[in-house]
Amino acid sequence: MKKITIVIFILCMAPFSDLFAAESGMALDSAPVSTTDNASLQRGAESFVSYCLTCHGASYMRYNRHRDIGFTSEEILTKLVFTGQKVGGLMQSAMQKKEGEEWFGVAPPDLSVIARSRGADWLYTYLRAFYRDDSTATGWNNLVFDRAAMPHVLYQLQGEQKLVVKASDKGEQKTLLLDKQGEMTKAEFDKFVGDLVNYLVYLGEPHANARKELGLTVMAFLLGMLILSYALKREYWKDIH
Amino acid sequence: MNKIIEWIDKRFPLTSNWKAHLSEYYAPKNFNFWYFFGSLALLVLVNQLLTGIFLTMNYKPDAGMAFASVEYIMRDVDYGWLIRYMHSTGASMFFVVVYLHMFRGMMYGSYQKPRELLWLVGMAIFLVLMSLAFTGYILPWGQMSYWGAQVIVSMFGAIPNIGESLQQWVLGDFTLSDVALNRFFAYHVVTLPLIMLVLVFAHILALHEVGSNNPDGIEIKANKNPKTGIPVDGIPFHPYYSVKDIVGVVVFLLAFCGIVFFAPEMGGYFLEYNNFIPANTLQTPDHIAPVWYFTPYYSMLRAVTVNFLWVDAKLWGVILMAASVVIFAFLPWLDRSPVKSIRYKGKYFKTALTLFVISFFVLGWLGTKSPTPLYTLLAQIFTVIYFAFFILMPWYSKIDKTKPEPKRVKE
Repeated sequence: MKKITIVIFILCMAPFSDLFAAESGMALDSAPVSTTDNASLQRGAESFVSYCLTCHGASYMRYNRHRDIGFTSEEILTKLVFTGQKVGGLMQSAMQKKEGEEWFGVAPPDLSVIARSRGADWLYTYLRAFYRDDSTATGWNNLVFDRAAMPHVLYQLQGEQKLVVKASDKGEQKTLLLDKQGEMTKAEFDKFVGDLVNYLVYLGEPHANARKELGLTVMAFLLGMLILSYALKREYWKDIH
Repeated sequence: MNKIIEWIDKRFPLTSNWKAHLSEYYAPKNFNFWYFFGSLALLVLVNQLLTGIFLTMNYKPDAGMAFASVEYIMRDVDYGWLIRYMHSTGASMFFVVVYLHMFRGMMYGSYQKPRELLWLVGMAIFLVLMSLAFTGYILPWGQMSYWGAQVIVSMFGAIPNIGESLQQWVLGDFTLSDVALNRFFAYHVVTLPLIMLVLVFAHILALHEVGSNNPDGIEIKANKNPKTGIPVDGIPFHPYYSVKDIVGVVVFLLAFCGIVFFAPEMGGYFLEYNNFIPANTLQTPDHIAPVWYFTPYYSMLRAVTVNFLWVDAKLWGVILMAASVVIFAFLPWLDRSPVKSIRYKGKYFKTALTLFVISFFVLGWLGTKSPTPLYTLLAQIFTVIYFAFFILMPWYSKIDKTKPEPKRVKE
């Protein structure tokens, strides 16, 4: 009987173990995510409205929610709102869906929950993996997302990368080499994208910090309840033999 | 106080029901860990009903607005995120609890005479639960909601002759659309919960009629105190099991709240990553997998790859999938063992049950993967083992060497 229980327990845990790690693909860099780092989130938010919101929407998110990450309402209006919306308005894209379809082939997706579907590491790697490719419509390609419809919006900051393909025993190895230096050094650009991705993670679930905080209180309460309820059970069960 | 109760008792059977179902309902005193899951299933049901009510207040069953309304709940509704996570975690935990509850029944022979009807009502609850999960999963109208539902609904289409018109009748349209979203919403919040409540009520009534089984699988009613008429191995449900179940509830809530507050996506198993992309009717995802609790059946659906006996592979898949669920209902008549509990059953049954559990998990795991030739072969092998557990049961349970059952329950 015990053996069966143990086998079942191990099998229950199996899907979550490394034994069955995700399918192979390009190795992703680990994104420096810290949703309690307000300075990073604020930098990310400002970059987001300057570089992303032109084409992408974040239309499930309201501007005033950014008070969570330390902005005042006035700061939100001066630093984040460029489309004449009210502070309680939704973060809609300046571009119409139809225009996006015409210009890029597909409408740029809404980014409100992009970090929840793609994952922070994917976004962090993707945004740093654009390279020059004359064979595509935009002149850009991406090592993580082949033939992405999105051009390299941040090329002025990062510079231009080119693809280097090396043949090795394990097949082709693709790496990127910085061809033209941008306004930022590699470390600065990594930090810039890191902040942006950190913000996207926050954007995906603005209440995540509140959730974890409340969770600690609830767990502490339940542990107290556990002691009390177990004591009550023992008291009642004393006379059962 | 007594006067009020007296007044009520003359008009409504309050005290008599309190006694019959709680304070004088005698349950075996040897319940172990596995006996928590019945009351926990009730707890999760209440959780789903309550959180569900609050979700409907802000959810919009409209293909154009559903996804956004869920995000509105997650962001702008006060504690909406908590209610939604309680509901989404509750859905998965409902299956965890019910699977463990069913497994308990299989281990201790709780489906055997005289509890066949109790088991059948339980099976009906299981089917309704699956329907609730399916109709509920469509509502956020994400990519997985849409394409997962598409796969399930297309199974109707596999039925010969009437399949296509049946599928259209179910969907109310030629494809999965706003029409289907609206009717699935109605099923999810009205029809199915009502049926569920009636069935749960019947399940408890049937249980209290025959009395609870126990880990020893012996009937405590067979040994009553001649003076009082109370089973000597029975103790009143209240207060003994009510206080014990509270401990179970708190332990369960620790796990439940651990997920709700610290890992609501549960690594993509409770909330799938692809379902954070709004449904796109023109773009099929590369990989469609149902939520974890359906994956064992999904594996069996995909396991049949050849046409045989004039029936094509897809229909065989659908038949196998339906059979894999319905076959549980036949357990009371498949088990020919003279004893109920695994404690007194022989090696054959123990081996068969272990293999069954392993095949359930392997099929579940395979169902989350894209099929490859190796995976399909594995799915076929474990589908055979899964069904062999049931189909061969009349044979191995009969020739199995059982141990004698004790007269009284063990501590």
